[in-house]
Amino acid sequence: MAAIRFSAVSKRYANGYDALRGVDFELESGEMVFLTGHSGAGKSTLLKLLTLVERPSRGEVWVGDQSLAELDKRQIPHYRRSLGVVYQNHRLLADRSVFQNIALPLQIAGYSDEDIGRRVRAALDRVGLLEAESASPMALSGGEQQRIGIARAIVHKPRLLIADEPTGNLDPRLSLDIMQLFEQFNRAGTTVLIATHDVALIKRMKHRVLILDKGRMRHV
Amino acid sequence: MSKSAAKPVRGASGHRITRADRFKRWLGRHRFEASEALRRLIKTPIAALMTVSMLAVALAVPGFLFTLVLNLEQLSPAADLKPQLAVYLKPGADERRVDIISRELLLRDDLVSVELISPDTGADDFRQRSELGDLLDLFETNPLPAVILIVPREQSTQALQAMQQSLFAYDEVDSVELDIEWLVRLGAILNSFERISLILSLLLALTVLLVVANTVRALISSRLEEIEVSLLIGATSGWVRRPFLYAGLWYGLCGALFALVLIYLALVLVESPLRDLTSLYLGNFELRGLGIQGVVTLLVLGSLLGWGGANLAVSRLLTQFDAR
Repeated sequence: MAAIRFSAVSKRYANGYDALRGVDFELESGEMVFLTGHSGAGKSTLLKLLTLVERPSRGEVWVGDQSLAELDKRQIPHYRRSLGVVYQNHRLLADRSVFQNIALPLQIAGYSDEDIGRRVRAALDRVGLLEAESASPMALSGGEQQRIGIARAIVHKPRLLIADEPTGNLDPRLSLDIMQLFEQFNRAGTTVLIATHDVALIKRMKHRVLILDKGRMRHV
Repeated sequence: MSKSAAKPVRGASGHRITRADRFKRWLGRHRFEASEALRRLIKTPIAALMTVSMLAVALAVPGFLFTLVLNLEQLSPAADLKPQLAVYLKPGADERRVDIISRELLLRDDLVSVELISPDTGADDFRQRSELGDLLDLFETNPLPAVILIVPREQSTQALQAMQQSLFAYDEVDSVELDIEWLVRLGAILNSFERISLILSLLLALTVLLVVANTVRALISSRLEEIEVSLLIGATSGWVRRPFLYAGLWYGLCGALFALVLIYLALVLVESPLRDLTSLYLGNFELRGLGIQGVVTLLVLGSLLGWGGANLAVSRLLTQFDAR
């Protein structure tokens, strides 16, 4: 079964800008795929359709066996809990500890404190930052911050992991580290979609690449 | 030792979530959010105090006015005074006719008492009570009219006025004076005062709503990143609302508590002049406070208005985050 399916999806913004034009593609469950293209090609818009920050103007988006068009406003929160999302600027909250940052998705989903403690430490362990638990995210390096961002994205074991330029602010060596971390999760069965314009990095990794060009999908 | 220790659960069964568990977790979450909101409020004491003071004034004014209204209502005619009608007959009216009229009135069911004061009795009375009694000697005949004092059973203002009109059915009746007109006037003044208090209260309630909404708006803008991230990782709008609704609730409740103090102080200040004023008309006037009911009403209203104001602010925010 496809993990993600876009069927003739177009997105035109209120100002008349066509971000996506008739995009078709599928992601198999368990796949790891790069999404690339120049800035303004529609990468961010595509991810926003997946996280339901935006709705398509035309066409249909499926995640697993769920058509996103069928989800109404009240169902969006529960749908989003099935995803893990990593951002370029990691979007950690500066006023709370690393532990509390990673615990947030679990608290929102209503896990017990005991469960939260266990899962947060497991997630920290998987990104190799177990000792950073009580630190402030602002005290960590850029690479470490992104690892914490990833830990927050995978702490609730999502079936689909989406990353938007996760290495945008990192040097090449750290970028490779982060990508290898994504590969680890992919090997454990998580479907991974990474938007990036780091062509050199994509070439080093042997995964399928989707290319967006002015809102159209070019399959490679 | 935890309660579950008596019956250890292991593995998957330990993750089963019962309804009671869920309720307990929900309650725990709310308790956490409530205390967290209070903690944040105390963390910025000056800003919080300014908002709370504004709310206190806005809540104290209507509270104080209503207390005054309640107190002044003690003065309404229903209290101790029997409204009395003085029926003045035309000077020189036939004595026998006057006698018949007073007897007819005596037979009526709707009058509690009827007392005839003949011109002679009136003159005697006048001589006894007034230093100007000798004036009467200047007249050849007694200039005083006969007066019939009556106390109607029905004492509403309308009934009294109807009674006043009905007495003119007798040709001999010259005028009918209501000797409680000052009370009627007071009643009218009280009514307008009450109405004005109500309008003022509504306006001030709106003020409370807007002050809290504005404060919470500032609170929201300082936590925008947290809200956005929470929504992106699956927070419901309820989750996002909660901390701000509790903040609004605390603001409203603290404002109401401060308002109670202000009302108490204001009542202490007006007590003695008010007592002097009322002693002119009524013997035993006791200044009443808000009472338990008033205190509870003010606290509940304050909290609800705070909650409502916060809801206003956070609802506006959430519509901005809806998927387009």
